[in-house]
Amino acid sequence: MKLREIVEIVEGTPVFETDLDLEIGCGAAADLMSDVLALVEPGAVLLTGLCNPQVVRTAEMADITAIVFVRGKQPMPETIALAKEKGIPLVTTALPMFEACGRLHQAGLRSCDISCRIPWRTPDGPDELSQ
Amino acid sequence: MAEITRLQELAYEVKIGEVMTKDVVTVTPQNTMAELRVILRDHRISGAPVVEGGELVGIISVEDLIKALAAGEMDAQVGTKMTPRPVTVRADESVVMAIRYFNRHGYGRFPVVDRAGKLVGILTRGDIIRGLLKQLEMEYHREEELRYRFSHIFEELISDLTSITLRCRVEAQDFDRAGEASSKIKRALTRLAVAPQLVRRAAIVTYELEMNIIIHTTAGGEILAEIQRDRIIIRAIDSGPGIPDIEQALQPGFSTAPDWVREMGFGAGVGLNNVQRCADEMLIESPGAQWTSVKVAIYLNRECLEAGKAAA
Repeated sequence: MKLREIVEIVEGTPVFETDLDLEIGCGAAADLMSDVLALVEPGAVLLTGLCNPQVVRTAEMADITAIVFVRGKQPMPETIALAKEKGIPLVTTALPMFEACGRLHQAGLRSCDISCRIPWRTPDGPDELSQ
Repeated sequence: MAEITRLQELAYEVKIGEVMTKDVVTVTPQNTMAELRVILRDHRISGAPVVEGGELVGIISVEDLIKALAAGEMDAQVGTKMTPRPVTVRADESVVMAIRYFNRHGYGRFPVVDRAGKLVGILTRGDIIRGLLKQLEMEYHREEELRYRFSHIFEELISDLTSITLRCRVEAQDFDRAGEASSKIKRALTRLAVAPQLVRRAAIVTYELEMNIIIHTTAGGEILAEIQRDRIIIRAIDSGPGIPDIEQALQPGFSTAPDWVREMGFGAGVGLNNVQRCADEMLIESPGAQWTSVKVAIYLNRECLEAGKAAA
């Protein structure tokens, strides 16, 4: 799903000028940054209620593609500055977390893989390909 | 093994539209089974979508043909023998979704549609395997080139053990700069052409350890990332107050973080578990609860991974 569609679906607003053709593979929602770091799949959109710069740092480490701030929250100026520097698009939406997630999921955006095993580490990881 | 696991990752990245067969041979409901037989034989295919007036109405396979043959119904129309309203997959979905569909439904092929529901291709397990292998081959060539550059550094600098060490100071309570050390290390590893999935693991490890130093220490500490030929070693060292009970600290959910840290989204008590998940080796030391050292190794190649397993 393109970032453009995500912005439309959550009736959001990009915080700064952004490449809306970015491809988003999956979605995740968390206010706990360690939960975000537990995602095993790169290329996600993160929905969160936290607005501090750490969200961007965490996104950088976990290879998150874009961040959506829910419930009308505005990211702090430091957060915006860091996101610009790191090239991570920020979007705000007035929708509450549950509603935003629900709409995206219904529109076909699937959940990020958060299996506790890291697939590229364990030879007995996801067996979907071996079946 | 490295190739197989990359294949699993690719299944997430590659879209169905990139691997499907685009020139679809279709039949109409009015075709007879005898005609279908000729079409399947001439195109060497084992099934075809059934289309009427531009709309996908069903799917018919060689199994249906065999049944009709056995029952002597080769004059029957495809429309009466097909599977109506077939399960479809979307061209913009990941290949992994298609793999799940194959496993769930047990069908041999899925018609591929675009967002408007229009038929744009057909997907078999063979298409998936061919598509992923092609992608893998392209990446392999790219990676070979990068690897050569990386290994070159170690070939030119000869010693008993050559390594590159990145050293980053981390201040206690300094949330404004939190993550900077990890960010620097992540960038450096990428420049050194370490594989992206390994960079990501190293970044998560350094970030969690950096946050621990910021949240829990009185005087800060240091993060070191040492890149050797076959492994990355990450060390986080601080000057206290130390961890009184390491086993307890490793319990998921155990946390001594104050409320203001939790408000920032940290201190949920799973940081060390995240570290453990990403590490091939991990050692935590905090003698007499005076200082803490966390040492993590991430193996860069298969030989090292196997040697590590044998030692364990």
